[in-house]
Amino acid sequence: MADITLRVNGSEKKVSVSPETPLLWVLRDTLELTGTKFGCGAGLCGACTVHVDGNPIRSCSTPVSQVGGKNVTTIEGLGANGLHVLQEAWIAEEVPQCGYCQTGQIMSAAALLAKTPNPTDDQITQAMNGNLCRCGTYERIRKAIHRAANGGAR
Amino acid sequence: MSPLSRREFVGATVAAGAGLVIGFYLPHKGSAQKESFSPNAYLRIMPDNKVTVVVARSEMGQGIRTALPMILAEELEADWKQIEIEQAGASTLYGDQTTGGSASIRTTWDPMRKAGATAREMLISAAALTWNVPRSSCTAESGHIKHAASGRTLSYGDLVDKASTLPIPSDVALKQSKDYKIVGQRLARVDSPDKVRGEATYGIDFRLTGMKYAVLSRCPVIGGKASGFDDKESKKIAGVSYVGKISDSAVAVVADSVWGAMEGRRVLNVTWDEGANKDLNTAGIMASLKQAASKKGVNLYAAGEPAKASGRRITAEYSLPFMAHAPMEPGNCTAHYQGTKCEMWIPTQVPQDCRDSVATAIGLDSEQVKVNVTLMGGGFGRRLEHDYAVEAALVSKAINAPVKVVWSREDDMRFSTYRPASLHQLSSSLDGAGLPTGLTHRIIAPSISGQKGMPVPNGVDPDLPDEAGPVYGVPNYLIESVLVETPVPLGWMRSVYALQAAFALESFIDELAVAAGKDPLKYRLQLLAKDQDLPYFTTTWHTARMRAVLQLAAEKSAWDKPLPAGRHRGVACFGCFQSYMAEVVEISMESDQPKVHRVVAVVDCGQVVNPSILEQQIQGGIVYGLGNALRAKITVEKGRIVQGNFDDYTPLRMDETPVVEVYAVPSAEVPTGIGEPSVPPIAPALCNAIYAATKKRIRALPILNR
Repeated sequence: MADITLRVNGSEKKVSVSPETPLLWVLRDTLELTGTKFGCGAGLCGACTVHVDGNPIRSCSTPVSQVGGKNVTTIEGLGANGLHVLQEAWIAEEVPQCGYCQTGQIMSAAALLAKTPNPTDDQITQAMNGNLCRCGTYERIRKAIHRAANGGAR
Repeated sequence: MSPLSRREFVGATVAAGAGLVIGFYLPHKGSAQKESFSPNAYLRIMPDNKVTVVVARSEMGQGIRTALPMILAEELEADWKQIEIEQAGASTLYGDQTTGGSASIRTTWDPMRKAGATAREMLISAAALTWNVPRSSCTAESGHIKHAASGRTLSYGDLVDKASTLPIPSDVALKQSKDYKIVGQRLARVDSPDKVRGEATYGIDFRLTGMKYAVLSRCPVIGGKASGFDDKESKKIAGVSYVGKISDSAVAVVADSVWGAMEGRRVLNVTWDEGANKDLNTAGIMASLKQAASKKGVNLYAAGEPAKASGRRITAEYSLPFMAHAPMEPGNCTAHYQGTKCEMWIPTQVPQDCRDSVATAIGLDSEQVKVNVTLMGGGFGRRLEHDYAVEAALVSKAINAPVKVVWSREDDMRFSTYRPASLHQLSSSLDGAGLPTGLTHRIIAPSISGQKGMPVPNGVDPDLPDEAGPVYGVPNYLIESVLVETPVPLGWMRSVYALQAAFALESFIDELAVAAGKDPLKYRLQLLAKDQDLPYFTTTWHTARMRAVLQLAAEKSAWDKPLPAGRHRGVACFGCFQSYMAEVVEISMESDQPKVHRVVAVVDCGQVVNPSILEQQIQGGIVYGLGNALRAKITVEKGRIVQGNFDDYTPLRMDETPVVEVYAVPSAEVPTGIGEPSVPPIAPALCNAIYAATKKRIRALPILNR
């Protein structure tokens, strides 16, 4: 066990866990931030995507010891005040079906837009291809990203 | 507990000052006795105008928490903004609560409408009495009763006290579809905001104070048992508090976090008794299907005598592998056993089955088990099983504390129940014009229900009547089912047997069109040219409806217009869950692999309740079906499921997803299934497009066989 200080969604959190614990389980079980989802545990599906210093990472495959002192942003902290423009767009395009993968999808999309404010279809595909959705919402995800990029929420 | 009668139910609730409550009824499956009627859901209107609709089916992404209340709200003339949703857990009040078989809308359409209409009529009566005017001069609109002549208006909330004292009318008029204001609208789903904020609570997110977490080590060989275990290393893992055998075949590791439990399991040493299936493999299973094919099966549909049909004989054999549902949320269940009762929180399609199985497993009565239904991160039929629930209850009992059992992705892949592998023998004889004088489809597959010990009446698997019917009016047409046993655990996976039946039949129809030298879409239209009603178990398929769907698909895909160089098309149509579906697939071949660019999907599912949700279901079904067609294959080696995660069982990703255009034939007919019917046609449509591109016929799935 080790005491690790994390900065999650802007606030400092002290946790006492074994250092190799994946960030995912620290977020979900220790900090009770369950918006970040467990899908595969192997970095294959993207359901666990969060930002570390602005970059999208798979929290299921990232030991918590690697993110000490860094800024972790989860879906709960994505919209500083209310909903992020992507969350608005996700609602406007009626993207979610079961919704389980959507928080990870939104985190991947947010990282894309932060670097590429107006992505092409190819850039969207490239950024989102690691995020699986079994309900098959990919087409609406693409539309929602374009909608958010164009500044139009609803 | 016997169901409360409607009177007792209304009376009791009014006495408690809860406003106007309308219980309503659906005949319980399998019983025509009035005494066994039980409320299917209910409506609660409060004096503050809050309207609560209880949803007694499970939300797994298909939009049921939005669509079912829309139907009730339409007849109630409610203000949609006032509607709140309450999820029912397992109950004796709602009839069969199973969510599956694309059945939620089609089986609750009437009860939901009647419940809304009954309440509306009572509210009108209450207003008429209040104002002392004739009922006929009052109208219901947007949560209010209006009296146009005097300009007076009362809200539903104003009327609940009065309405609660009135007799419940037994026969109420239902609205005509031309007057619908809510049904048929693209209303926003009620569950989207929570889902995009990460605030929706799925089963895996549920938490109780003091709760432990458990993962299970299960025998890797199908049917094997745990004969012993050594937990020395597991107990060294921080947080691991318990290791114990909870059933013949599983050892549980309990810790204070999911990760701790997984680490404890990683170093656990279990001795397995591998049992009878230790040499089982896929080749052997497929050989047993082939062997069974020599047996005469049961006729599902028989028109004329195909054996005596004359003409040019064409035959082909198709096969499909086992497949896994792989919903995004792995299996999980939270249980809190407390001696004489047990409470469960579970993402399930079968709350009542979970309740009963748990009760049996831990030695309680069903009444002592309370099942709460959480949101589901996908279902696709996987959550028609009760395994997670039973495991959680057993672990909770063993440690006498609340516990959440969590499955890993590998657990989900290797300890699932699988879409049955199947073999299909097709034969036909063509006349001089190339049209079939006879058609035989023999389906050789294990029975899911039969394997589970459920009834298989007259040797017919109970799913086949919804999933393998005829849509073509071919003379001398035989559909035969040969059931075969397999040790591989079987489950109902989205569209169940329809996927297999449609792949074989619609590929074969394409082969016949090729043999006849005809355009495959026009050939199908010829087979549907005559209006015919084809009775199949309790459904009657109408060639006219299938024809209209196919014609619209031809029009929307511009089938008659040539494609750009390098593009190719394929078509398939099929009927299942009482709906008609046609799909046209447009592809190019890139490095010998198909790239799907566009799918035109046309459905006739009767009255559409919410077009946006309909599009979701059809687009989703096609993406799911494409994944099945291209790659889905579960194999068995040495009695073990080979595939483990999304690297060797890879669903469709964004780069492979085509544009899917969805069209519904306008209809005011009773709504029929929509969760599954888009899945079956996509594999044959794609394979037919591949044939158009390469002249290579694919007779075994998956297309990209490793």
